[in-house]
Amino acid sequence: MSDVIVIGAGVVGAACAYYAAAAGLDVTVLDRGPVAGGTTGAGEGNVLVSDKEPGPELDLALLSNRLWRELAEHGGFEYEPKGGLVVAETGEVQRQLVELAGKQGVEHTVVPDTELHGYEPHLADGLAGGVFYPQDAQVQPMLAAARLLRHGADSFGHGALRLRTGVTVTGFVRSGERVTGVRTDHGDILADAVVNAAGTWGGQVAALAGVELPILPRRGFILVTEPLREPLIRHKVYTAAYVTNVASDSADLETSAVVEGTPAGSVLIGASRERVGFDRTTSIPVLRRLAAQATALFPVLRNRRVIRSYCGFRPYCPDHLPVIGPDPRAPGLLHACGHEGAGIGLAPATGHLLAQLLSGERTALDLAPFSPGRFA
Amino acid sequence: MTGYDLVVVGGGPAGVAGALSAAQAGLRVALVDAGPRLGGQYFRHRAGSLPSGRGADRFVRQCRALRTRAELLLDHKVWAVEQGEDSVTVHVMAGQEERPFTLACRSLLIATGAHDRPLPFPGWDLPGVLTAGGAQALLKGEGVPAGRRVVVSGTGPFLLPVAAGLAKAGVSVAGVFEANGPLGLARHPLLAAGKAGEALGYGAALAGHRVPYRTRHAVVAAHGSSRVTHVTVARLDAEWRVLSSRTVECDAVAVGYGFVPQIDLAVQLGCATTHSADGSPVVDVDEGQRTSVASVYAAGEPTGVGGAELAELEGRTAGLTIAHDLASGEGGDPVPGVLRRRGERLRAFARALQEAYPVQPGWQDWLHDDTLVCRCEEVPVSRIREAMDLGATDARSIKLLARPGMGWCQGRICGYAVSCLAGERPQAPRRPIAQPITLGCLERIEDEQPH
Amino acid sequence: MSFEITVDGRPVPVVQGQSVGAALHAAGITSWRSTRREGRPRGLFCGIGVCFDCLVTVNGRESQRACLVPASPGDEVTTS
Ligand SMILES: Cc1cc2nc3c(=O)[nH]c(=O)nc-3n(C[C@H](O)[C@H](O)[C@H](O)COP(=O)(O)OP(=O)(O)OC[C@H]3O[C@@H](n4cnc5c(N)ncnc54)[C@H](O)[C@@H]3O)c2cc1C
Ligand SMILES: Cc1cc2nc3c(=O)[nH]c(=O)nc-3n(C[C@H](O)[C@H](O)[C@H](O)COP(=O)(O)OP(=O)(O)OC[C@H]3O[C@@H](n4cnc5c(N)ncnc54)[C@H](O)[C@@H]3O)c2cc1C
Ligand code: FES
Repeated sequence: MSDVIVIGAGVVGAACAYYAAAAGLDVTVLDRGPVAGGTTGAGEGNVLVSDKEPGPELDLALLSNRLWRELAEHGGFEYEPKGGLVVAETGEVQRQLVELAGKQGVEHTVVPDTELHGYEPHLADGLAGGVFYPQDAQVQPMLAAARLLRHGADSFGHGALRLRTGVTVTGFVRSGERVTGVRTDHGDILADAVVNAAGTWGGQVAALAGVELPILPRRGFILVTEPLREPLIRHKVYTAAYVTNVASDSADLETSAVVEGTPAGSVLIGASRERVGFDRTTSIPVLRRLAAQATALFPVLRNRRVIRSYCGFRPYCPDHLPVIGPDPRAPGLLHACGHEGAGIGLAPATGHLLAQLLSGERTALDLAPFSPGRFA
Repeated sequence: MTGYDLVVVGGGPAGVAGALSAAQAGLRVALVDAGPRLGGQYFRHRAGSLPSGRGADRFVRQCRALRTRAELLLDHKVWAVEQGEDSVTVHVMAGQEERPFTLACRSLLIATGAHDRPLPFPGWDLPGVLTAGGAQALLKGEGVPAGRRVVVSGTGPFLLPVAAGLAKAGVSVAGVFEANGPLGLARHPLLAAGKAGEALGYGAALAGHRVPYRTRHAVVAAHGSSRVTHVTVARLDAEWRVLSSRTVECDAVAVGYGFVPQIDLAVQLGCATTHSADGSPVVDVDEGQRTSVASVYAAGEPTGVGGAELAELEGRTAGLTIAHDLASGEGGDPVPGVLRRRGERLRAFARALQEAYPVQPGWQDWLHDDTLVCRCEEVPVSRIREAMDLGATDARSIKLLARPGMGWCQGRICGYAVSCLAGERPQAPRRPIAQPITLGCLERIEDEQPH
Repeated sequence: MSFEITVDGRPVPVVQGQSVGAALHAAGITSWRSTRREGRPRGLFCGIGVCFDCLVTVNGRESQRACLVPASPGDEVTTS
């Protein structure tokens, strides 16, 4: 019997397990697939503070940003603190960007149009300016998740961390109201607490416990270019429209260019957002729009080749906030899911806060805005 | 959009036969192929010459007839296909300048053939080491032998024509090393009945050039600095573990362990797949070559590797079925019984061949820790094992953690080996972009005039 | 009929209809690309446009598969 069962070996589940083990708890992580086989395997790996409106999510992002830097010191996965550059097409948008940056209170530099090329030599001409956020970083999310689990398993004297792949949770074991374990296709597994870190499938897992979480898939496509010999793009670069798209409630297709290089040499181009269920059919019009937006930012990309595209399903909550904390409707069950397009960035803080809860400490941030109770 | 009744992708034996049967039934047909000439792999030939080999006269006649009855779009690459309301859209890049445009059609025939299935071994990425099909293509299509002194290795009957072709071209073939046992062709009842004649022909040709043919042997390492200079040839047990080895000098190697059907376009459209006896994912088709997706058909190697004769037969069958289905499916079975029975025979034969030449697990012991499995991303086997140790339990998650298959070839070359290492059957590949396309082309796709 | 192309400035003979890759291989040039990480030499492998080992720049157009591109008189091929 473990102290804690974590459902889901994505980046969020891995972070929960890591910090819980660090806090001295025995943890068993279950996943129906391999490690990082869910949405984590489709994420770009941006750890962003730049795209968050002031409020609880930004606070979570800032905490997470610091924790990622700490975790990266263990090594074993790529972590690049390369900074993010948000660019504005018009003077009016630039004014709004500067205003947002002021309100965020995050470390930033306002970049006038004349200095944009100093940051990104290949950026298109004619942009009105931008804001540079030095704290924005990038991790390789799949390897990071796998390494956190491994590091957690290897490092801690008290807590033990076990990973079991290929185990599907099919229900919950209850003792009265209380959740005391999970039913799986490999038998029942008992624990004092169960963490639902099933990402986009978090709503389905919650339903197994008879509680509702309104988590929906929000599809995103990414284009991947051929590996480039010379790094054409230094930072994560995106247009101001990205911020509004992220915050939008629309189910319809929205795209805004997010362009960045990777240590492997490929350039990643995102991001589209649409709510179409779990439909994996490639939409050529979406790919086309992403290409057009990326080349508008970086004309030099026109003669570079796309060798791959893929899609993933962000775990979307209607109020754009993740669900973190105990579920008042099912004692013993805690949630750590619904991080939409920011789960990689927000994973360490999520894990850290949940471990504090599990070990009865005061949490570093107020969890009320993320409470599952908000859907009760 | 202008529309065709049928667009055929692939100008090999399957595609040409399919396009011709459909065109003769009165359909408006376009055939698209990435290459500059019709022929595909089997009928590959040099510019200004004609295809040769068994069935070549017939193929040449088919091509002549097709030219007057269908639109031929050679040097055109298909990078994506999409299902529309009541048509299929085929996204094409034309010529060296890669001009993008789209074709609309009421039905699509996927006849995209196969590519080689190599296995990694130390030194397999040295220049001079080619796939067996690659060496064959170079010789047939370009008149260029792979080297002066060539070693042929791998498994399957395809090694014989490769070696015989090289020997005939005056190359010194230092040996043909077949990893499987001798029971292969001659002793298998079905095989002996079918193609022993052809195999004996190659055997005689090799004997005439004094080319040694050794079963239960394989090239397990290649050596050299900027080009292969010699190889380690090992005697193998039934599981392909090395029993003993020796060195053979050569300046080129042709290796092949079967073929991988190219099914990217079918997967894009959501066609159901299954596995053939050699473990490859293939498109699942009915007796009329219909896939699980309405209006989409497949013929030739994408439905399972079976060689040129079966490919042609499947192409014809598909062409007849498509004409029948477009004419609202009336008037009985479109495929004559003789064709159907010959198809059954050839398929049984293909299956028996695949079973007679399996890939055995012992090849994994040929690898050193630093042997590259993924040539593009330069991923050694040690990193793959490390990823498995971290909780990657299938080829996809191994790719996410260690990058094999993330590079230029998108796992076409290493995919089979990675699946073997993961201990699973290869899964149908998801490649929404079947050919690399520049962002400049991609952003223009709908602005270009339809053909 | 035959003609010449240049590869990194060196003349290479071509038989009409040959691909750039075949012409290089025939001229005894079996490697012309080096890999990004370890600088390993690469040339033809699959011969049919599948492996992308044979990439070259032809007349300024980058990342062309040498085994697929037909050579034309005067082509300038550069390698990396
Ligand atoms: C295109 C795209 C780009 C993105 N880019 C970024 C980015 O740059 N930065 C960022 O921070 N975020 C990004 N995201 C979002 C990010 O990927 C997700 O928020 C994050 O991966 C969610 O992680 P997770 O661990 O919650 O979920 P997942 O990784 O999906 O993990 C959940 C796991 O639960 C398992 N599971 C589900 N049900 C069961 C069950 N019944 N039993 C057992 N196991 C189960 C699944 O198998 C899965 O492995 C992006 C997303 C997409 C789609
Ligand atoms: C390199 C190689 C060499 C071979 N040599 C021989 C041989 O000498 N003797 C022998 O018996 N068998 C040979 N084979 C086996 C071969 O698979 C069959 O003999 C036979 O050619 C199969 O016929 P097919 O019509 O199914 O496909 P193929 O003959 O392979 O034809 C498929 C065609 O589709 C085209 N194509 C594929 N994808 C696209 C796309 N996305 N866009 C546009 N066009 C596309 C290709 O250019 C090709 O011309 C070889 C196989 C390979 C891979
Ligand atoms: S040799 Fe494989 S792509 Fe050219």
